[in-house]
Amino acid sequence: MARYLLLKHYRGAPAPPNDVPMDQWTPEEVSAHLQYMRDFAARLESTGEFVSEQALSPQGTFVRSDGEGRPPVTDGPFAETKDLIAGWMMIDVDSYERALELAAELSAAPGAGGKPIHEWLELRPAYGEPETITE
Amino acid sequence: MDEALLRSLTPAVIGVLVRRGADFAAAEDAVQDALLEAVRGWPGDPPRDPKGWLVTVAWRKFLDATRADASRRHREVRVEAEPPSGPGKAADDTLQLYFLCAHPSLTPASAVALTLRAVGGLSTRQIAQAYLVPEATMAQRISRAKRTVSGVRFDQPGDLATVLRVLYLVFNEGYSGDVDLAGEAIRLTRELAARTLDEEVAGLLALMLLHHARRRARIGPGGRLVPLVEQDRSRWNTRLITEGVDVLQAALARDRLGEFQAQAAIAALHADARTAEETDWVQIVEWYDELVRLTGSPVARLNRAVAVGEADGPRAGLAALAELDPALPRHAAVAAYLHERDGDRVAAARLYAAAAEDAASLAEREHLTRQAARLNALLRG
Repeated sequence: MARYLLLKHYRGAPAPPNDVPMDQWTPEEVSAHLQYMRDFAARLESTGEFVSEQALSPQGTFVRSDGEGRPPVTDGPFAETKDLIAGWMMIDVDSYERALELAAELSAAPGAGGKPIHEWLELRPAYGEPETITE
Repeated sequence: MDEALLRSLTPAVIGVLVRRGADFAAAEDAVQDALLEAVRGWPGDPPRDPKGWLVTVAWRKFLDATRADASRRHREVRVEAEPPSGPGKAADDTLQLYFLCAHPSLTPASAVALTLRAVGGLSTRQIAQAYLVPEATMAQRISRAKRTVSGVRFDQPGDLATVLRVLYLVFNEGYSGDVDLAGEAIRLTRELAARTLDEEVAGLLALMLLHHARRRARIGPGGRLVPLVEQDRSRWNTRLITEGVDVLQAALARDRLGEFQAQAAIAALHADARTAEETDWVQIVEWYDELVRLTGSPVARLNRAVAVGEADGPRAGLAALAELDPALPRHAAVAAYLHERDGDRVAAARLYAAAAEDAASLAEREHLTRQAARLNALLRG
């Protein structure tokens, strides 16, 4: 039982084999891609492995405190070189191997020409609770 | 209303329904529905015979569901409405349920969820909250688990070892949410120990009790992990320690040693020391030798290296550690500890920082980072 975050990037991940921007796909290819993602999430729920998911807008800003009594400072939009996260899915699985298997399945979502994108996804383990029995 | 009493009746009631001819999955659903009805109705109007009430209501719910199902499929209901109630087989039924819910065909996560629901009587919502997943996900996990064991005969003898692994997981790897999983694991192991003379069941129960006894002392302000050596031993629960030691001694006297008894013996030796300095590390090393012989577990070897470091000095501990794979979880943390004991603060600080990177939990990461920071501050003078 381990929780993993699957991170999808707008940019910042290595280029995938089928590297065609989404706006160059046919509308049917876009629909097929989105349907694949929905089906994937539904299947994960039916296997009891789904926790949550969220897609993110590419629009965003950096923000920091500028001291008490002063408004927060913002910086942005993000520079073109910045790693930009497109969304996440949290899964709860029995093993690291199962997490890899699911990530690979998600990465094979169809893209241009209806062929799998083989997109690079980032897989990050979440911290669990400390074990009680340690000695 | 005593919810614990209500939940403790769950497996026996499922057992009655199964013996009357219900299949396990349907019986389990019906009993859950009856439990929910009890939670709603009992506070104002508690029945004199709680188990009888649950059996009656669960059986009615089972019949309703079966009829609804049958009419959907245009089939006839074959289950008798007024079955003979069998003689007192409840104890065996409960044991069979432990076996079924920990069946080897299930993944650990499924076995844990099914055990907590069908044996523990927890609701899907409670189990979902305890494991930080949505209720819908947990519901699917449980129904898949029920489908997986649907072909398993209820009266087949099962494997106690898999049951013990499931209970160990519930105790050791729960989150600290509203549901007290450690307490629940102890309750379920206690019930199991009352139904079998198996020494390892007693060993696991003792192990849980002895670790649970230290619970208040383990966590400091802000959720900080307090290592054994720094714990305020006056905060250990002596009632649980006494019970754990008694259970363990009775098991050890039967002379069929297993890994849980050996682990419990180590915990008992720690519990027996009034101060960390009084710990009998020589005996603890001997128990680790037994544990390594029984399991060959790399984790046991790693913990043995710590004990050797205490019994025979840090150099001996480092020598024992040198024989182990550095990729083992907590290897760097153990190396850091032994190097500091050996007076090498530079190596210890570096290893604690490396160990923090590989920690499996945030609390451990914070603990290890604090250790590295403490040493670095000392090194700066």
